[in-house]
Amino acid sequence: MAIKEKTNTQLLVDGILSENPIFKLALSMCPAVGISTSVMNGILLGTAVLFVQVCSSCTISLVRNYIHPKIRIPTYTLTIATWVTVIDLVLAAYVPVAYKAMGLFVRLIVAFAIITMRLEMFACREPVGKSFWDGMGMGLGFMVGMVTLGVVRELLGSGMILGYDVLGFKPLLFFILPSAGFFVVGLMMGFFNWIEVAYNRRKEV
Amino acid sequence: MKELRRYQWLVGVLLVALLLTGCKTGHQFVKKTQFKDTDKIVLTFAGPVDESWATNVSNFSAYEKPDPDIVLTVKEAVLSPEKTKLTLTFEAPLNTGEAHILTTTNIMSEGQDLGAAILTVKKLYFGMLVTILLGAALINNFVFTKYLGLCVFFGCSQKRGTAIGMGIVFTIVIAFAATMAWALYQFVLKPYQLTFLNIVVFIGLVSLSVQGVDTILRKVNPVLFKAFGVYLVLVIANCIAIAVPLILADNEYTGWESFSLALGAGLGFLIALFMMACVREKLELAKVPPSFKGLPIAFVTAGLFALAFLGFSGLTIY
Repeated sequence: MAIKEKTNTQLLVDGILSENPIFKLALSMCPAVGISTSVMNGILLGTAVLFVQVCSSCTISLVRNYIHPKIRIPTYTLTIATWVTVIDLVLAAYVPVAYKAMGLFVRLIVAFAIITMRLEMFACREPVGKSFWDGMGMGLGFMVGMVTLGVVRELLGSGMILGYDVLGFKPLLFFILPSAGFFVVGLMMGFFNWIEVAYNRRKEV
Repeated sequence: MKELRRYQWLVGVLLVALLLTGCKTGHQFVKKTQFKDTDKIVLTFAGPVDESWATNVSNFSAYEKPDPDIVLTVKEAVLSPEKTKLTLTFEAPLNTGEAHILTTTNIMSEGQDLGAAILTVKKLYFGMLVTILLGAALINNFVFTKYLGLCVFFGCSQKRGTAIGMGIVFTIVIAFAATMAWALYQFVLKPYQLTFLNIVVFIGLVSLSVQGVDTILRKVNPVLFKAFGVYLVLVIANCIAIAVPLILADNEYTGWESFSLALGAGLGFLIALFMMACVREKLELAKVPPSFKGLPIAFVTAGLFALAFLGFSGLTIY
């Protein structure tokens, strides 16, 4: 199996680049469209997802030999739900303002396809150490995707990054509007595809 | 046909029950209370009332049910010529979405004292349900204005047939799950102060109702199951299915309100899926730049839909 030969660093880098959950696997798109209007949102939700992914990967990996194959999906779901409850209560207590801005999305981490998929494909077979790095890679990949979107939208929409005025003017106010999320994600996906195609063509020549 | 008739009777009874709950006022002599425009309340009495009592503004006081401290003052009271309809005009516009409590001094009718009344004024319950339903389906469409359920939305909108199947199955499951979630929240989680378990309980409940609908459909209608069974698994991956129970718990909806919210969410998802599928079938034939083929162009199309759905935002029904 190819997965087994990967080192920990490779697992981490793969999650961020070649298997990026947002731009490559196109999973868990809802927050990417809904609340990527600022970098802060991206960092906070990214942290939450990272936490849930790493914790549930480790938990499942620890008990992987005791789970009956027939009830493995409900087990994953309940494990994820428990960790989501933990991060939900923590965020609500310590960063109430940002938590309100993110609305339902923190609690909806429970329905993210990517977390269940990693548990099913990786954590239920591999030892704890590897699962940790895999979860870390996926979580960081999600965070990087959210922050990239946040930077693009905040910079082009309001000329600011993390609330600091960088440009001094507002190039495209449209980008910060809620319904522009679809356009930004679509355009960026197209842009990355275009880079990839151009890169491959140059390699062939 | 005969079976259908029996159901018609049932539906009739349900409708009457719903309408009656809307008209209950709290005093025998007052037949009906209702809002008119944004700043008026109309009272309909069972018989004529004395004009001297009715047109005296100080006989009435009102407040919004959640804030009893803020007393709303009546500016003008006008009695209709037949002396059974009284229109109260308030100084400030009323928040007609909330129930209002209106207290009167002893009602005087043809010299008789009929006692004081504490009246509840609210919109017709049925109207409120319709508002919630249309609100969830159009004004706050879960896909285009709340950005939820996108994985399934983009995954199942390639063909019209798939879109309709997924939409219908989703509506059935979500209505089932939301009603159960309401019951569980109101009767178990809230009384025992276990609301922090919301997420765990609701996700379990959604998986359970998917499994339940699967089993029931398989036995009751195998033909339908063959057509729609594939989509059942995908319902769990849809975050709208978790969002609806969480929203109804946050807003403390009643049973019927939860049901109409779920129905609205399902209908909205069906509408969004169907429209998207129609466009994507045409997109297959269009000349799209190669790097935009597939998902990127679908996202841009969804963005256009989202802009169009902004047009619903000013819509009010009741």
